[in-house]
Amino acid sequence: MSTSEAAVQAHLHEHGGHDHEEPFLRKYIFCTDHKMIARQFLFMSLFFLLVGGLLAAMMRWQLGFPSQPMPGAGGFPDTMAPGGIVLPEFYNSLVTMHGTIMIFFAIMPLLVGLFGNLLIPLQIGAPDMAFPRLNMASFWIAVPAGLLMLSSFFVEGGAAGAGWTSYAPLSASGEWTGVYLGQQLWLVSLIVLGFSSLAGAVNYITTIISMRAPGMTWFRLPLSTWALFITAILVLLAIPILTGALIMLLFDQTIGTGFFRPEVGGEPILWQHLFWFFGHPEVYILILPAMGITSDVLANRARKPIFGYHAMVLAIIAIAFLGWIVWGHHMFQSGMNPLLGTSFMISTMAIAVPSAIKTFNWLGTLWHGDIHLDVPMLHALSFVSMFIIGGLSGIFMANTPVDMYIHDTYFIVAHIHYVLFGGSLFAIFAGITFWFPKMFGRMMHEGVGKVHFVLTFILYNIVFFPMHNLGLRGMMRRLYDPTQYEYLQPLQPMNEFISIAAFGLVTVQFLFAGNFVWSLFRGRTAGPNPWKSNTLEWSVPSPPPHGNFDGMPVVYRGPYEYSHPDAAEDYWPQNQPPPPEVGPGPEVALSPAPEGVGP
Amino acid sequence: MDVLSWLLPESFSTFGRDIDRLYYVILWITGVVFVLTEGLLVWILVRYRHREGRRAAHIHGHRTLEMVWTTVTGVIVLGLAVASTGVWHHVKRDVPAGAMEVIVTAKQYEWNVTYPGPDGLLGTDDDFTRRNALDVPDARPVLVHLRSEDVIHSFFLPELRVKQDALPGKSIRVWFEATRPGTYVIGCAELCGLGHYRMQGQLTVHAAADYQDWMQAALAEADQ
Amino acid sequence: MSTAAAGRLPMPGMKVYNLKLGMWIFLLSEVMFFTGLIGSYIILRFAHPEHFAAPGVVLNVPLTAFNTFVLICSSVTMVKAFAAVEQGDQKGLQRWLLATIALGTFFVGVQAVEYSVLSSEGFVPMAELYHAVGRGAVHAEGAAEAAVVGGPLYGATFYAMTGFHGAHVSIGVLCLLYVYWRARKGKYSAASLGGVEIMGLYWHFVDLVWILLFTIVYLI
Ligand SMILES: [Cu+2]
Ligand SMILES: [Cu+2]
Repeated sequence: MSTSEAAVQAHLHEHGGHDHEEPFLRKYIFCTDHKMIARQFLFMSLFFLLVGGLLAAMMRWQLGFPSQPMPGAGGFPDTMAPGGIVLPEFYNSLVTMHGTIMIFFAIMPLLVGLFGNLLIPLQIGAPDMAFPRLNMASFWIAVPAGLLMLSSFFVEGGAAGAGWTSYAPLSASGEWTGVYLGQQLWLVSLIVLGFSSLAGAVNYITTIISMRAPGMTWFRLPLSTWALFITAILVLLAIPILTGALIMLLFDQTIGTGFFRPEVGGEPILWQHLFWFFGHPEVYILILPAMGITSDVLANRARKPIFGYHAMVLAIIAIAFLGWIVWGHHMFQSGMNPLLGTSFMISTMAIAVPSAIKTFNWLGTLWHGDIHLDVPMLHALSFVSMFIIGGLSGIFMANTPVDMYIHDTYFIVAHIHYVLFGGSLFAIFAGITFWFPKMFGRMMHEGVGKVHFVLTFILYNIVFFPMHNLGLRGMMRRLYDPTQYEYLQPLQPMNEFISIAAFGLVTVQFLFAGNFVWSLFRGRTAGPNPWKSNTLEWSVPSPPPHGNFDGMPVVYRGPYEYSHPDAAEDYWPQNQPPPPEVGPGPEVALSPAPEGVGP
Repeated sequence: MDVLSWLLPESFSTFGRDIDRLYYVILWITGVVFVLTEGLLVWILVRYRHREGRRAAHIHGHRTLEMVWTTVTGVIVLGLAVASTGVWHHVKRDVPAGAMEVIVTAKQYEWNVTYPGPDGLLGTDDDFTRRNALDVPDARPVLVHLRSEDVIHSFFLPELRVKQDALPGKSIRVWFEATRPGTYVIGCAELCGLGHYRMQGQLTVHAAADYQDWMQAALAEADQ
Repeated sequence: MSTAAAGRLPMPGMKVYNLKLGMWIFLLSEVMFFTGLIGSYIILRFAHPEHFAAPGVVLNVPLTAFNTFVLICSSVTMVKAFAAVEQGDQKGLQRWLLATIALGTFFVGVQAVEYSVLSSEGFVPMAELYHAVGRGAVHAEGAAEAAVVGGPLYGATFYAMTGFHGAHVSIGVLCLLYVYWRARKGKYSAASLGGVEIMGLYWHFVDLVWILLFTIVYLI
């Protein structure tokens, strides 16, 4: 005890709670503080979110107004859009890069990079990550990966155009697409990004296992941290599979190996297996943290404990586990053995169970609550309602015979956007608006926030809900010009309508950006705990100082003790000692909570 | 608006009916769940919205309730899965006997159909090939040997509810039986390059009695 | 227990220090990486047995068996290095680290020689250039007319699997050099041996992977 205490004291002296001035470069650029790294990920991902949105807008232009010049786009190079008219090869690049950028450079770094970094040390009561320098490296590896991805637009042949799934052999040789260097840059970029994700995952897992504050037992962790923990495990195990596959594809492209090239004996279907063995866990990497964020925001804004906390944790684990044995549901029509298809259908259907548990428990959390409909809550609620839609539409595709008709149609496009936009992105908005005061010490503007929410929610549904119906009419995805098919021509007014709504959807995001920037400088000062929350991050100043906690926090109870009869207020912070005459002393409280007191 | 319908367009293959029936079963189940859950959500939001002096109940969960919805969900989805296996195996595995056989070879960006010719056998001298045109008789199973010369394509007959990827280096068996003479679209459903959007063919279903006439005419045309 | 702030220390009751825990977690990810490679190999080999040759026909099994032995020896010297630092034996630590470095370098060197011989015999990863004729035919007269053994997938998977392993060994040697440099500066002691221990974990892992790869690629 005495040696470790000496070490603690020595460390205190070194870093302590005090904010010492650091040179600009160390403070803002090459910073090892998890909160700064979180903010770096935030700004990087918001930039890519904007890029991804603009790419989508160009796609929607072509879909709504096929082969008409994009307004104000006369300056586009002739290899992309001569006179503003999108070329088929550029359209394929748009499809590919929109998906890739949104998934790998916007949603994933927002959920894992931003919230993982921001929340994990703060919510478990740690001064920082276990490996702060590795953490810094994780961000600075992601940046060149992003630059490589962007640069591919400007090389000869243009950016990758084989879809974000880059199915071989289309992606395995430039002779099929005319894209050589662009596809290679795509591969290298994702390989590099993999190292960034890996560094983050090792850090998160180690930190959560070993650096929890006294009393922070596993079942007192906030669900955000639980979700991020399981997500980090998925990243750790799934990314290396992708990396291996990307490297093999890169070899096919560059030195002419034949892993996925059938003309020399390779197996294109092997790419699909590897890609989706990674890809389905990746889907959960993109949704589990969103579920955690939603849970935290719902409980706080409904001033109620999470309904079925243990079931929620088990559901996260079950989803992550089942996520490894369902990848074949992306390949029902690829020519796989029908019996294998059946087993993938059954395992996929089984995921509906933990998903339903989560949904019903969210409803249970709201039930008998005291619901405050402020901006983070509105976004969290739309996560729940949109996730219901995305989850239900998933049942159609999980069903192998029905999938035969809707596979690779706009029904899938609708489904993935209900999960990744309606799901992940709304939860991201909920998270950003909820933790903005913690990150920057100021509140975001409530009124503008509500206008942004309402417009986004309406326009989002106008854009994506009818895509289900387009899919049911048989409209294929990744189609440069749907009017080429006579039977799709009646759908064109709807495509046009969706495109106009999509332009609106992109535009109203500038409300969010404006609110964000305005609030950074002009927002109301937040104080340490504006949401009257229980979790540890709200027990420290906003933004928290270097080293986070002034003294090691001690945790006495679970994260969701809202409206507890024994507490005077409707919240009861995890680190607030119980009143001496009622509760046990801290020595006793360090052991797990007794039965009946709750998690 | 017809475009916004959740009803499927009419199907013209024997198993199309089975697939559509499954779709409607799922549509009903998910529709009911959708209305109930979203309705409940909205009701809760209104009923328990913040009021001055309101304090939330301190509830940590309800074991029985949680068990019930877990079990009910599990039974429904697994029942659905089991109920679908029959149709799935019928569609993807059980090729009916006596099918007419053709070879469909996909390549960027066209569908080449090889017919067995008058002798009804593939791989003989009287085979002939037509571009982007698949002509079959009505009310007779058709077995397609699906191939690709370059990249992956996907053979999509929306009106017949058929979809199957064409893999280079493999020959995959797809079958269907059209239920009504007419012309239908053949689309490519898998991104296959910059001309993916115009990789389009036509399926013509002839009345069984007229099919031999068509075959003679097509053969004469092929010989020229 | 005082409630003073803690530094980046593991929580009370943790039996593993962070660096070691982190290394174990990282190695799990490495397991998945090699699982992907080996899994692909198995799938390709089952799908296209004609692309693969019987053991010893193309690859030089005795040479690689010897090399395997060298790598196993390097694991032993790594264990010795750790034992030395546990006893505070600085000289021993440096000596055994140096031995491990030497053996690791030797392993990579042999692999490089093997690659150059194999590629001169037409066993290359490039599909269009693959024309391996087998060891017997190369040394016999009229090798030019000998039939090609195996196919492009053999070359591609062989170089991918052994190449990535070789890269891991090479990186390991570089890390060992760094550990050695620190050992020379006296940075390790019985109370502070984390660096040596996690180096050992990585090295044993790489060794273990090789035994698996040797069995799958060369012997089966
Ligand atoms: Cu999936
Ligand atoms: Cu095609």
